[in-house]
Amino acid sequence: MTALLDVKSVSKEFSSGGILSREKVKAVVDVSFTLRDDTPEIFTIIGESGSGKTTLARMILGLEVPTNGDILFDNQGARERRGRAARLAFMKRVQPVFQNPFEAFNPLKQVDRYLVSTARALLGATTEDEIDKAMDDALQKVGLSLAEIKGRYAHELSGGQLQRVAIARALIPNPALLIADEPVSMVDASLRMSIVNLLRDLRDTYGVSVIYITHDLATAYYISDRLIIMQRGHVVEMGPARAVLEAPEHPYSQLLRASILSVDDAGMGNLKPADRTLAEAAWNDTGTGQLVERPDGRMVRRAIVSSPFTADA
Amino acid sequence: MIMTTMQTDDVLTVKGLKAYYKMGYFGIEREVRAVDDVTMSIRRNEIYGIAGESSSGKTSLIKTFAAAIRPPLQIVGGSMTYRFGDKIIDPYAATKAQVDAIRWKNMSYIMQGSMSVLNPVRKIRRAFRDFALRPMGLNERQFWLAVSQHLERLNLPERVLNSYPHELSGGMRQRVTIALATVCRPQFIIADEPTTALDVVVQKDVLAMIRDVQREIGSSVVFVTHDMSVHANIADRIGIVYAGRLVEEGPTRTLFTAPRHPYTAHLVASLPRIGDLSKKPSLDGRPPNLADPPKGCRFHPRCPMAVAKCATEVPPMETIGPDHRSACWRADEVRPLTTLGKPQEARV
Repeated sequence: MTALLDVKSVSKEFSSGGILSREKVKAVVDVSFTLRDDTPEIFTIIGESGSGKTTLARMILGLEVPTNGDILFDNQGARERRGRAARLAFMKRVQPVFQNPFEAFNPLKQVDRYLVSTARALLGATTEDEIDKAMDDALQKVGLSLAEIKGRYAHELSGGQLQRVAIARALIPNPALLIADEPVSMVDASLRMSIVNLLRDLRDTYGVSVIYITHDLATAYYISDRLIIMQRGHVVEMGPARAVLEAPEHPYSQLLRASILSVDDAGMGNLKPADRTLAEAAWNDTGTGQLVERPDGRMVRRAIVSSPFTADA
Repeated sequence: MIMTTMQTDDVLTVKGLKAYYKMGYFGIEREVRAVDDVTMSIRRNEIYGIAGESSSGKTSLIKTFAAAIRPPLQIVGGSMTYRFGDKIIDPYAATKAQVDAIRWKNMSYIMQGSMSVLNPVRKIRRAFRDFALRPMGLNERQFWLAVSQHLERLNLPERVLNSYPHELSGGMRQRVTIALATVCRPQFIIADEPTTALDVVVQKDVLAMIRDVQREIGSSVVFVTHDMSVHANIADRIGIVYAGRLVEEGPTRTLFTAPRHPYTAHLVASLPRIGDLSKKPSLDGRPPNLADPPKGCRFHPRCPMAVAKCATEVPPMETIGPDHRSACWRADEVRPLTTLGKPQEARV
């Protein structure tokens, strides 16, 4: 096995303020994980706003440089990718999908022009037939066709269709890894499942690995293989998605789990706000704690001085 | 449960309401039927959820409720009556002064983008003064006393009054807009996707706050969102809107356990749940163009149960159970596509 993506104890600090009152914000602290290149999977990053999940994604995409640690993609670090050719080669393998499809596309431009320029730049397609074929192949993968999309503007498509076009664009160079940053949060609930099912099909049918960033635990449970839960830049729990979400161990994961609006209670009016105190208390330990491996393969962050845990801790 | 027969308990009664966007450029008439033949009523002391996808006309509908429509959107037919205490008013027949008098005092609005609603260069205090001072009819001292009591009741620190919007977190800002909309203790509140932009944890807090303040004032809330899991937890009754029409209406539990319209059945079945790994269906096609909606039932091109009749005749909204109405030719045959798990606890 070789690693497709190897995130090695990566940290990112941002500093803000003037010369005299400089403040450092730790967006991501010591995050490590590995995606294998022989088994495509959906790897989910869960956290609230400000938990550093988008910063982590931007570092993997090479849009931010880590303060500490390194991110190896195909055994190549970000600092080794110098020059246009190396960057293009990287972009062929890793592609982003952004949150809001209505903002990602210029309203004055036909959406297929984005597909054309991606096919030219990343696939090296030159003739019109080659470009059309690349576009049609990618659109077929997401359940659309070139005939439906050609010459259409963003406002003529629904949010779900537009997000599928965005995914099709990302698929043109046949990437090994898609980084989808909250791809469904701006899409209507009724169309949301079409995107989520699509990500699942990409993994199963086309062998594309997906890093799925979200705060929606229900869809994460539905499609992901492994996940990490982040609290203010720290990974607090990491492991197989189903095991973690069915029985979260870290107080912060439990808080997220308790905040899901359950449909089973429809009409019963259960709206007790989740109790934040445990998660806040755990946060005080998190800064000093470390990830401890549990027997079922998950990693949970624990304070170093805490008592040894019991099975139901 | 409030009885349907108690007509006097309805705060808002809407009959056959039609509001179209009418445009006539270069001699070509175009109309977009955003609200088409909606009949419904909102009762006292309930949360009425309106669900529907983007561009299904739900925002046009609540704008019409709020009497906040502007050309090209205009009322084409039907009637709409508010009843506040013994005051009965049809905002579209009343004078501007009469409508202004009920606005914010009897009827208020929780808006979606809390960042764009609050003026970024003015302190929150200023927003309270602008919105609420006149409708409340108190002098300055009593007014600020009332405001601080209200903030205290909503567990908001009083210092928010002296903050600028950017100094508050998203959840906090959304709570401020809720405080702003409820400070006059209105009988009717419209909430337009108030939690869509919020995180899971904060979302639940904000929903709980809306429900608590609604119960405390005893007002009626029209709650709009496309997220059915939010409706499941906050609404007493739900109306499902598809392409400008109300297609099903009923008590929340009934709509989730025994939907009688294929669109509702699909919406409920497509929600992912923890502990359930079955493949969730997604609806193909796109929302219909309201300038040229499909003939007959507007859902028929996407409907798995459509028959020939659906393409030609519009199904009427018919009562099919206690408090339960559906507009589908085959309503009797609709079965839930999924079963819900066991509820965790009874209502508190």
